[in-house]
Amino acid sequence: MKDVLTIGGKELQNRLFVGTGKFADHKNMGEALTASNSEVVTVALRRVDMEGNEEDILNDIPKHMTLMPNTSGARNAEEAVRIARLAKACGMGNWIKIEVISDHKYLLPDNEETTKATEILANEGFVVLPYMSPDLMAAKRMKDAGAAAIMPLGAPIGSNKGIRMKEMIQIMIDEMDVPIVVDAGIGKPSEAAEAMEMGADAVLVNTAIATAANPVEMAKAFDLAVKAGRIGYLSGLGPVSTKAHASSPLTGFLG
Amino acid sequence: MSFYEKFEEVKDLPFEDMFQGVTGLDVERVLQKERLSEQDYFVLLSPAAENYLEEMAQKAHMLTKQHFGNTMQLYLPLYLSDYCVNICKYCSFSLNNDFPRRRLTMSEVEREAQVIANMGIKHIILLSGESKQHSSVDYLKECLQVLRKYFSSIGVEIQPLDQGEYEELFEHGVDGLTVYQEVYNEEIYRDIHVAGPKKNFRYRLDTPERGAKAGMRSLNVGALLGMDEWRKESYITGLHASYLQNKYLETEVGVSFPRMQPHAGSFQPKVNVTDKNLVQAMLAVRLFLPRAGVNLSTRETPELRNHLIPLGVTKMSVESSTVVGGYSEPDVTQSQFEISDDRTVKEMKELLKEKGYQPVVKDWQFI
Repeated sequence: MKDVLTIGGKELQNRLFVGTGKFADHKNMGEALTASNSEVVTVALRRVDMEGNEEDILNDIPKHMTLMPNTSGARNAEEAVRIARLAKACGMGNWIKIEVISDHKYLLPDNEETTKATEILANEGFVVLPYMSPDLMAAKRMKDAGAAAIMPLGAPIGSNKGIRMKEMIQIMIDEMDVPIVVDAGIGKPSEAAEAMEMGADAVLVNTAIATAANPVEMAKAFDLAVKAGRIGYLSGLGPVSTKAHASSPLTGFLG
Repeated sequence: MSFYEKFEEVKDLPFEDMFQGVTGLDVERVLQKERLSEQDYFVLLSPAAENYLEEMAQKAHMLTKQHFGNTMQLYLPLYLSDYCVNICKYCSFSLNNDFPRRRLTMSEVEREAQVIANMGIKHIILLSGESKQHSSVDYLKECLQVLRKYFSSIGVEIQPLDQGEYEELFEHGVDGLTVYQEVYNEEIYRDIHVAGPKKNFRYRLDTPERGAKAGMRSLNVGALLGMDEWRKESYITGLHASYLQNKYLETEVGVSFPRMQPHAGSFQPKVNVTDKNLVQAMLAVRLFLPRAGVNLSTRETPELRNHLIPLGVTKMSVESSTVVGGYSEPDVTQSQFEISDDRTVKEMKELLKEKGYQPVVKDWQFI
């Protein structure tokens, strides 16, 4: 059976999304992106050189990938909307990852402002993927506002701590009928696999690849981990038990 | 509440005794922690922590890499005017220093902008002496109209302004504010700022807050190292940055460590701040405020700057001129302070790449 993820009318075979920040150089970034087999890449508009300089980050992103510009730097809905429109105006397509951060200490997303921006941009025809703090009600509002997928954080961005928000994300996976992409906090391939085993539709990884000693090999590892986790999920994980069930102490008398 | 109240709580503490009281064990405990308190930060600035600089450096390097990645933002200062109404003992632009003053005309601003833009730089900081007449908000707004065509992020390091004035500048494209307190000791502050509006310690101390309230995206604070005991100065600088970070969560807060350099006039630093001291101050701030920007200017030598790159620095100035008109006319008038590292943007970019860093020239976009 073909296992395809559809977002904004686009069919994706690969469930690993990748980021472009924090790499030591663009060439290495390009190689890692290729090695990841990913089809979706996020890039901060703030880093894009509008004048198309030869050192511009876009030059090293493989052409087959779907660009998902993000609104990094936006502190409220209004700024996010302006950044999104600029991205579209400079030919970066109509996908947008909304990132509204009004907290520079932990870089936690502002769900309320994110919802507002989602509504405005979805109405303008953008394929909107809001990055958010895992919260079911906020996710529902974002979906109602027109989000094409929801991107809850697994742990604070750049923390490499893994899926610390596991219970909240699990509830979102179980209850939401738009794709859930776990974004931020994933530090190891095994944690990407964990998110996929939980039933996440995709994961987005940046720091863990970009700051690895060997980003290209790490990108491959994440590709495999995401695939393994997905197959694990689809195959139906066996029930987890901490004890053997040799006997039935409470119902054994029934014979 | 302003930072002044916090400042008053700590300014008269017996710093010397308290720093001497810190033990190696205290330092080791702090190094085990993930989130540092103000007290922990104090411990890292102590003489006892000098024996743990390598451990601190390893941790600082790791944290910086985690939060900022393998990148280094590059920027340049652009001096607009050296007219100044203040008399300050340590500054070359001081009113009582006799030299031909200059303010750039709009065509000169454009020429400077073109030279800097051709160097491949997109983030700049505008500097001027303090003069309501020569570097008025209207003049700055005129300059911004020209500069916005060339740069994607523009900060200011000018005389302290009112919130409304910062709001005007913000609307015209200024996104960052740098204001150094110079010294967090009111007595020394009054002594070195002999005359002029800069004498007002409290107004200057509250300046970053006015900027934050006006919407500035980034704030940058620092003390001129060498004016007073550096451990205490660094401690209060860190408290100031932390206060701003907590109160204005939407604003990026950065810290600089400007060390006194030789300049015209007879004033010399009161305290000798060694390379080792500077490194300790930088590392302590990185561990205390893992997401704060740390800036490194060309005041420091190329050798030292090379070593400091992996120790928590996130932004570096390069190929800087501290002379009004100095980019398009390399041999004119007087500099504010001497530059120690005159390597070109190209050379710095190559060096950063060699060290495994991506030189970032653009990290914001006027929206």
